[in-house]
Amino acid sequence: MQVTSRKFKENAHDAMQDENLRAALGRVKQGFTTARANAAAELPEFEDLRDQARDIKDHVLENLDYYLEYFEQKVIEAGGQVHWCSTAKEARETILKICRDVDAKTVTKGKSMITEEIGLNKFLESQGVEPIETDLGEYIIQLADEPPSHIIGPAVHKTKEQVTELFYEHHQQYGYTEREEDPEKLVGEARAVLRHKYVTADVGITGANFLVAETGSTAIVTNEGNGDLTQSLAKTHIAVASIEKVIPTLEDVSTVMRVLARSATGQEMSVYTTFSTGPKRDDDIDGPENFHVVLLDGGRSEMIGTELQELLRCIRCGACMNHCPVYHAVGGHSYGWVYPGPIGAALNPQMVGIEEAIHLPNASSFCGRCEEVCPVRIPLPKILRYWREKSFEQQIGPKPQRWGIEIWGFFAKRPWIYRLMTKTAVRALKLMSGKKGKIRSLPFNNGWTAVRDLPAPEGATFMEQWKKREGK
Amino acid sequence: MDAKAKILGRIRKGQGSEAAVSNETADILSARIKSHARGIIPKRGQIPLKDQIALFQKKIEALGATVAHVEKAEDVPTAVQRYLADNNMPSRVKITPSKEVTDLPWGEIPTLEMVEGAGKEEDMVGLSPAFAAIAESGTLMMASGADTPSTVNFVPENHIVVLKSSHMRGSYEETWDMLREKFGEAVMPRSVNFISGPSRTADIEQRLIMGAHGPKELHIIMVNDDA
Amino acid sequence: MSKPLENVEVALFVTCLVDINRPSVGFAAVKLLEEAGCRVVVPDAQTCCGQPAYNSGDRKSTKDIAKNVIRAFKGYRYVVAPSGSCAGMIKKHYPELFADDPDMLLEAEELAARTHELVSFLNDIADFEPDDVKLDKKITYHDSCSSLREMKVKQQPRELLGEVDDLELIEAEDREACCGFGGTFCIKYSEISEEMVDQKISNLLATKADIVTAGDLGCLMNIAGRLSRKGHKMKVLHIAEILAGMGDNPGIGEGQK
Repeated sequence: MQVTSRKFKENAHDAMQDENLRAALGRVKQGFTTARANAAAELPEFEDLRDQARDIKDHVLENLDYYLEYFEQKVIEAGGQVHWCSTAKEARETILKICRDVDAKTVTKGKSMITEEIGLNKFLESQGVEPIETDLGEYIIQLADEPPSHIIGPAVHKTKEQVTELFYEHHQQYGYTEREEDPEKLVGEARAVLRHKYVTADVGITGANFLVAETGSTAIVTNEGNGDLTQSLAKTHIAVASIEKVIPTLEDVSTVMRVLARSATGQEMSVYTTFSTGPKRDDDIDGPENFHVVLLDGGRSEMIGTELQELLRCIRCGACMNHCPVYHAVGGHSYGWVYPGPIGAALNPQMVGIEEAIHLPNASSFCGRCEEVCPVRIPLPKILRYWREKSFEQQIGPKPQRWGIEIWGFFAKRPWIYRLMTKTAVRALKLMSGKKGKIRSLPFNNGWTAVRDLPAPEGATFMEQWKKREGK
Repeated sequence: MDAKAKILGRIRKGQGSEAAVSNETADILSARIKSHARGIIPKRGQIPLKDQIALFQKKIEALGATVAHVEKAEDVPTAVQRYLADNNMPSRVKITPSKEVTDLPWGEIPTLEMVEGAGKEEDMVGLSPAFAAIAESGTLMMASGADTPSTVNFVPENHIVVLKSSHMRGSYEETWDMLREKFGEAVMPRSVNFISGPSRTADIEQRLIMGAHGPKELHIIMVNDDA
Repeated sequence: MSKPLENVEVALFVTCLVDINRPSVGFAAVKLLEEAGCRVVVPDAQTCCGQPAYNSGDRKSTKDIAKNVIRAFKGYRYVVAPSGSCAGMIKKHYPELFADDPDMLLEAEELAARTHELVSFLNDIADFEPDDVKLDKKITYHDSCSSLREMKVKQQPRELLGEVDDLELIEAEDREACCGFGGTFCIKYSEISEEMVDQKISNLLATKADIVTAGDLGCLMNIAGRLSRKGHKMKVLHIAEILAGMGDNPGIGEGQK
């Protein structure tokens, strides 16, 4: 997808003017955070499970090569194939080749962030293969020709009225010629339209929440059941997953499952969790004839052993963005690439380059709520700070800000000059405020006073007054 | 060098080694997999069977499913007929061709039309046996096989599941052991489905709407066989 | 009843914002610590904890500033700051800064172990309760991010406010959400910060409290500045001021009476 992270400030500005989006983001904030808090409170073991989930993922990352090869071996034993892909391009071409091999005209798709990451839909379209998203949210944004704005609710930014218009425009060909306004009926319409697509699609593509090394299974988690229809009704099932999704055992998966849905939507379990292992067996009367796993690296292997490794623990629950005040303000599209919110701000600089994504790790108040709710305890603020240090070292970013910090640093290291400076500054600011006790605008750096008054100092610093008091 | 070698090479470089794991490490890791070591199991499911059944029912009803109890397997057809009639559903039912459910005395209810096979677009009602159920979250476990096609669980508009109360467990981990006992070590049926309620979506303005793509209704008939 | 910290030496880390902008918070902190029996000293060589540099990615300057703080506060039994943010910087981030410098790491960890945020120190360690302090006002307390998440300050301010006679505490919606200050963030991304502080003040105003308080001056200046800009009359005070019986002082940004 087109990267627009460089324009984060402009994107954010536009987003904050969009009343529909503001209403939608309000719902994200209310709905998801309350639900997660309730789910966490109802399971006494929740915090300990988070620790274990973190430890399992760390263990995997320390032995990732072993578990990937183990997984591959098990997939082969079950009659499937694993395709290793270093880059997005390799993954796209691998998927296309599988589609070509079965002469595919249409593919149904379950929700998959990796296929967003590799820009699969546009690519397949350009090659004459029609991709059909089946997750309702993904389907809506496919009709709107937009990227997802949230990793578990791709269309959270869309209003019911916008969905009405999209369906009216695109469903006339199926005989729906009225504008449908009832959300329940809108869902029914999408259900009816997509039902037939599952059966006629040549290939079903899904993502994978987990790759189980022990059994060579891929697992998906959904509430709609679209992923199951996608992968069981087409002749060929392709599961697309990134390398860090491998989990050693079914027991380990159980632990991670217990924190996943609770963190994401506040459910104890999503409605459907499905483990697929290989193609249909000889005497099976349903199921896909071919089973492929496309394993994407996409820059992840380079994060192993670095400060960024902990990001690979991510299980894509979305809790960090659900709880992020910056995400609540600007929405997902402002981030300008596939992954929004704190996880995007930490991950995207690695994926698209720090020069392109420099705003993302900077646009954070370091409130720490993301880390507080992350089910696998990724230290997101620490990683945002890592990127700030990288960009400071490489001298990326506005010069005046760097100078300001350097001047401040110069004084802060020298208490006696610092004392003199603060004494002077306090008097100047006090003078500027007169008797009002506040300053409405400053001649320099108006980032503060653009938005708020500056409470004026009292006239002498604490250190001055303290010395006077002690001198008495 | 192919992509696999490159990817593994980069991972190993990051881990600070050039080669694959030593035999010793491989033995440890393989033993870890084979040990099926469990993590923390929530206490809420570690209760007597009677309480597990009650917890399961409470959880899955909260998720929008309905539950009926019958004293013996022979009573299932009557319960199915009652459910279909009460909910105004057609009496043609797609049933998985597994003896566990096909052997039930369907003939006693002549109005029911039980059709064996995989799930098809036109099916209004599907019926399949659960492999197990998990009390802690109100979850059914379905295992696919030649006589338990998984499409019956997803394609029909409505889904009826026959569950033996003796197959109730407290946690997911206990059901994995049941699977291993039946299918063998590290062998999985092609498809294992955890199902917790009927299909739903919240993709339009976060409003909860039932019946997105999977079944709109989920009805569980629990056979009391644990006595 | 004897005071657990009778005559124990406590070094006050004033923090740069209190030093420059609101010295009365520093004097309130001194008063409270003295009432708790402590002997308060204010080391002369202190400046700033280094957060502006740290959060801007300038690790080298941050380390230099941190070394200065470590030197300035050597030897005191306790170091207390009227700010969760600055205390959190010392307690949580100094050891991270020197992770690759064993000698400095030892010193940083040693300082971290002695360093506390004021309100939690008063409540948990000094066994302090405000005595004979009265304030017949409705108060709402904003949980500042660093106090709450880095220093685990949550119940302590509420318990101490509960000891102030006639004071009524009214909890705000989303009190644990960030106010949008974030140090340099509020200047670099002022438009996003504005959105955040507007959310915050709308929740605060909905409580109909007379006074909003918190344990961090940065948040309070941000909230006070925005309330003032929008013409709202809600008064803003640091919690130390309320606990020290200075609740009738002019609020932040109100000027002298």
